[in-house]
Amino acid sequence: MLTLLFDGVAYGMLLFVLSLGLAVTMGLMNFVNLAHGAFAMAGGYVLVVLMRGYGWPFLACLPAAFAVTALLGAVLERTLYRRMYGKPHLDQVLFSIGLTFMAVAAVDYVMGSSQVNVQTPEWLRGRFEFGSGALSLGMGAYRLFIIAVCVALTLGLQTLLNRTRFGSRLRAAVDDPRVAAGLGIPVNRVFLLTFAAGSGLAGLGGALGVDILGLDPGFPFKFMVYFLIVCAVGGTSSITGPLVAALLLGIADVFGKYYLPKLGAFIVYVLMIAILLWRPQGLFTRSGGGR
Amino acid sequence: MNALDITRSLSAPARWRPWEIALWLVIWIVPVVLPQHAALVNEIAILGLFALSLDIVLGYAGIVSLGHAAFFGTGAYAAALFAKHVMPDPLIGLAIGTLAGGLLGVLTSPLIVRGTDLTRLMVTMGVALVLMELANRFDQLTGGADGLQGVVIGPLLGNFEFDLAARTASFYSLAVLFMAFVIMRRIVHSPWGLSLQALRDNRLRLAAIGLSVNSRLSIAYALGAALAGAAGALLAQTTGFVSLDVLDFHRSADVLLALVIGGAGWLWGGLIGAIAFKVLHDVISAITPQYWTFWIGLFLVVLMLVGRERLVRPWQGLLKRKGAGSGNE
Repeated sequence: MLTLLFDGVAYGMLLFVLSLGLAVTMGLMNFVNLAHGAFAMAGGYVLVVLMRGYGWPFLACLPAAFAVTALLGAVLERTLYRRMYGKPHLDQVLFSIGLTFMAVAAVDYVMGSSQVNVQTPEWLRGRFEFGSGALSLGMGAYRLFIIAVCVALTLGLQTLLNRTRFGSRLRAAVDDPRVAAGLGIPVNRVFLLTFAAGSGLAGLGGALGVDILGLDPGFPFKFMVYFLIVCAVGGTSSITGPLVAALLLGIADVFGKYYLPKLGAFIVYVLMIAILLWRPQGLFTRSGGGR
Repeated sequence: MNALDITRSLSAPARWRPWEIALWLVIWIVPVVLPQHAALVNEIAILGLFALSLDIVLGYAGIVSLGHAAFFGTGAYAAALFAKHVMPDPLIGLAIGTLAGGLLGVLTSPLIVRGTDLTRLMVTMGVALVLMELANRFDQLTGGADGLQGVVIGPLLGNFEFDLAARTASFYSLAVLFMAFVIMRRIVHSPWGLSLQALRDNRLRLAAIGLSVNSRLSIAYALGAALAGAAGALLAQTTGFVSLDVLDFHRSADVLLALVIGGAGWLWGGLIGAIAFKVLHDVISAITPQYWTFWIGLFLVVLMLVGRERLVRPWQGLLKRKGAGSGNE
């Protein structure tokens, strides 16, 4: 019971880091980016290539995965995404589906279509057991590591958003891009940085998740729904919303798969539809705000 | 301007153009002249009908849907199960498939009248995913991932057997597509159809002149769903086989792509798009069977960067500048 809860929390934290970039993209530029999973996949493959091909240590690969995907995100933002901001949502959806198709086929071509996995280092393979019976808690060291990293990231991001000049500019731009631009905030540059950071986070999440989520060229489509659920349910106006939504989703998914293995995903989808019917703008949106 | 002139100018867009009649003649001649490509004609007709149904939902009502396969799959399973357990007559099966799709559309239409584009995207996709999970769960009924085996379809009108070369199938699917096209053409040029387009272009103004937005959205959605159900039924009947594949996400994406290639918002868009998509698919996958999605993706990205109306209908940009950029009121 507690073990499941723990696994669910770890899974949810991972989903949160994966989807945060998407939430920011949607909130800031009102852009529906279905290709977000492709960045996560890129991060995962960076980890795999560096660890397997060049023998880098696991801990060094994580920042590398972040950096490479952030750079990739920045380049794509400047060259392609920026042109799509003003377009209708349908165009954005089709554009990002197209990008995802390309990424999937390209990865398939370069890396092969089979699932890849990596050796996690020795110190992350242990398992801690506490208690007994119904209340027993088994914590995998790797999942504990993921939770620690994600909590650190969340706290860091929260501080960045609430305490720094960049954070206040970003929040201003999210609330109303036009007024923010009128006040002299370089909205475009803020968005470039945010998009890069969001892609980087997705890459980091993808790298962290290789061991738990699995990695193959179909990754962007397999998890696209999950990222979208986190953003649609959590709302895009704060990072608390996606965090709670991701935790809920992770816990519901792990419990569903354990107790009702054949209906697990079904419950998640029905729950999502129900929540969206109840609160079409997401669970945690502030009232008001322009758009 | 007297009343007769007004009537004439208002009904002008509804009149059949010579090129439309010519195009339909060509479409009908193809399976007669090229019987060896009957299977491809059949596939194109089914995709064309599917794209036509999405056109009603997306092009005319402006509902962004990423889960249109839900209705396609429902129609396919309904027709196949009906043929297997009740009776093998194709026409009644087609009606059942259409009804099943339409019924699901009616049931799910309250879900799409609320919220933003993103919510609708998620809900439509969610419905398709839920159905897929259900079909997977009740695999003793649907056959699950292995597919529904043993579907035997009786001869069409009691005379024409469905053969392996798909000659009967191609004419059958074309006939259904043609009828659907004629009916839809009538509907979108009716006053109700015009109000639907007004809704797509400006929802607020439609409500302001006292027409109900939600009922129009729901009816258009159910109509599109019924047509998609018919397309699914055609696929199930002409191939004699259904699997979970009919509910898969790639079906929703493919049909969206086909419609966008042909241009949403006019009835020929779905048909032209279906032809272009299938031909493109055949050509590219003949060159690189495994990686054809890369080129489709590249095509989509370029198309969206250039602007989808300019590539397919270069003249559209000159005729109506506005109207394309609505949808997030």
